[in-house]
Amino acid sequence: MVEPILQVEGLKTHFKLREGILKAVDGISFSLAPDEVLCIVGESGSGKSVTAQSILRLIDPPGQIVEGHIRYRDKDLLKLSEREMEKIRGDRIGIIFQDPMTSLNPVFTIGEQIAEGLREHLNLGKKEAQDRAVDLLRSVGIPNPEDRYQDYPHHFSGGMRQRVLIAAAIACEPDILIADEPTTALDVTIQAQILKLLADVQRRLSSALILITHDLGVVASMADRVLVMYAGEMVEYGDVKTIFEQPKHPYTIGLMNSVIRLDDQRGSELRSIPGTPLVPINPPPGCSFRSRCNAAHALCETEKSRAHSVAGGHLVSCHLMQSDSSQAGSA
Amino acid sequence: MTKRETVNSEQPQLPGEANSAWRIRRDRYRFHLRTLKLAWYAYAKDNAALGALIFLLVIVLISLLAPLISPYDPADAVASIAASPGTDGVLLGADVDGRDILSRLFWGGRIALLVGIGPTVAATLISLFLGLTAGYFGGWFDQILMRIVDVVFAFPLVLLAIVIAGVLEPGVWTVILAISIALTPYIARLVRTTTLNVKQQPYVEAARAGGAGDTAIILRYILPNMIPPVLVFATTLIGLMMVVGSGLSFLGLGIQPPEADWGTMVAEGRGVLRKAPHVTIFPGVVIVLVALSFNFIGDGLRDALDPRRRSR
Repeated sequence: MVEPILQVEGLKTHFKLREGILKAVDGISFSLAPDEVLCIVGESGSGKSVTAQSILRLIDPPGQIVEGHIRYRDKDLLKLSEREMEKIRGDRIGIIFQDPMTSLNPVFTIGEQIAEGLREHLNLGKKEAQDRAVDLLRSVGIPNPEDRYQDYPHHFSGGMRQRVLIAAAIACEPDILIADEPTTALDVTIQAQILKLLADVQRRLSSALILITHDLGVVASMADRVLVMYAGEMVEYGDVKTIFEQPKHPYTIGLMNSVIRLDDQRGSELRSIPGTPLVPINPPPGCSFRSRCNAAHALCETEKSRAHSVAGGHLVSCHLMQSDSSQAGSA
Repeated sequence: MTKRETVNSEQPQLPGEANSAWRIRRDRYRFHLRTLKLAWYAYAKDNAALGALIFLLVIVLISLLAPLISPYDPADAVASIAASPGTDGVLLGADVDGRDILSRLFWGGRIALLVGIGPTVAATLISLFLGLTAGYFGGWFDQILMRIVDVVFAFPLVLLAIVIAGVLEPGVWTVILAISIALTPYIARLVRTTTLNVKQQPYVEAARAGGAGDTAIILRYILPNMIPPVLVFATTLIGLMMVVGSGLSFLGLGIQPPEADWGTMVAEGRGVLRKAPHVTIFPGVVIVLVALSFNFIGDGLRDALDPRRRSR
């Protein structure tokens, strides 16, 4: 087993709201190998983005990381000073946000914005930074990078802006790249290009990639491992083959049944998961998925399940795993 | 670290090609020149803004050259009382004390511009500091400052300026000080709101995620995105503040006769408005035109400062 580059243990990020405490992320743990692609999947509001922001400590009040460890190499990121954290952000851990239309500063040229990070983190001179930025723009597939360097964000289309943002995120060759739903705001045709670019970049830099998405097709084609989240909690965690072929948790099974599969021979019905996700503000005790779960029983009402290890590296948080694992598999 | 070096060497530099320092400097110079040119085109597309700018430049020039081009001393009685325009050798007539109106308009421009621009610049600078700090860092400083601003807001701007000017010795500097104080809350509030607005833009979060600290975010993200609306607002205020300054002088709290000031001139003429309207009309028209010019310039600036409105 390779030494993991990032280890998240029992991460809890809560938001103190007037209505109560919103447990956006409640006890998430995972580890990331140096060149692994981890996909975090889940419905909207399941805490995927907050997890990503917590890793970079970008949580603003009323949000707060209340518990847990985030170990990057030999440092606990939650114990670093703000100054030290600034050195890690953008340099060792890069992030790409969802909306490329608004993620670039409208008053500076895109070249300047990429060069800015280079000068800050790598102490490059004006000229070196400029040359590097042009190279980076070329490497993410921007035509005529020398000319486009001096264009403003509004001169670019959404797909091109996402390319620019990827260039900015990989400028310092980070060890970890986080992509928070990088294709949600883009056309379907562009989505494929951007994902391919991300995969290329990840391979070229041999960096780790955390890809947040709710597109299971993307997960199947890119992920090494998958973390399924529901209402801020980890539901299932394992490598991509296991999750897709032998999902154990009722929620994961529901997710798998809710997408069209090209390799489906039996023509089984497309099913959605009934109900709506729980908003984890002052959640009641017990499993947060139980109201939508068709395998819920008495224990689910009162107690949260711990994560059961069903096979090597395959974790499932469900009481069914404890009582009878064979029954759970067919549920 | 080794990873970086290998990628660097992947792109070999052509010797003497982009490497020469003067070339880089020349390219940067050309880029800034192009930006300026585009900004100017965006500004000049607006005919009113262009006209206003030319008009104001003429006014500024006249004010600067007042000692040279004034036909008479603005404080000397050179014609009969309230002489009509064109008579007694005075082109625009004479005021109630027989002083040449044209010369007084020339000299009055100096004070009008000073009273318009001075307080606006001062108030903007103070507001930038206060509003930015309050908006960006928030907390108790924000709370206290905004409550003070609320209190100042309870008084109309002109009334507040009158009160402040009233307790001080009348004069140019009193006017400037009074208007600066009365004006600051208006701009500070705009700066604060804009700061709050820009602060929650995704690109600021993206910048933070890229490792930018508070200083970098304020200087490279908040300030550049906030300057255009504030500058436009301040520019349109210059005209308004000239009118307020004239108003203070009109009430006798500002510039004292015989010193030439447009507002004072209007005030002096009101006694003979029926018999010699030109004494009031000329300075009045000039005040209106100059104030309007600043408004048009503000509009033009908005176009010029927004990269999105500059075409390629």
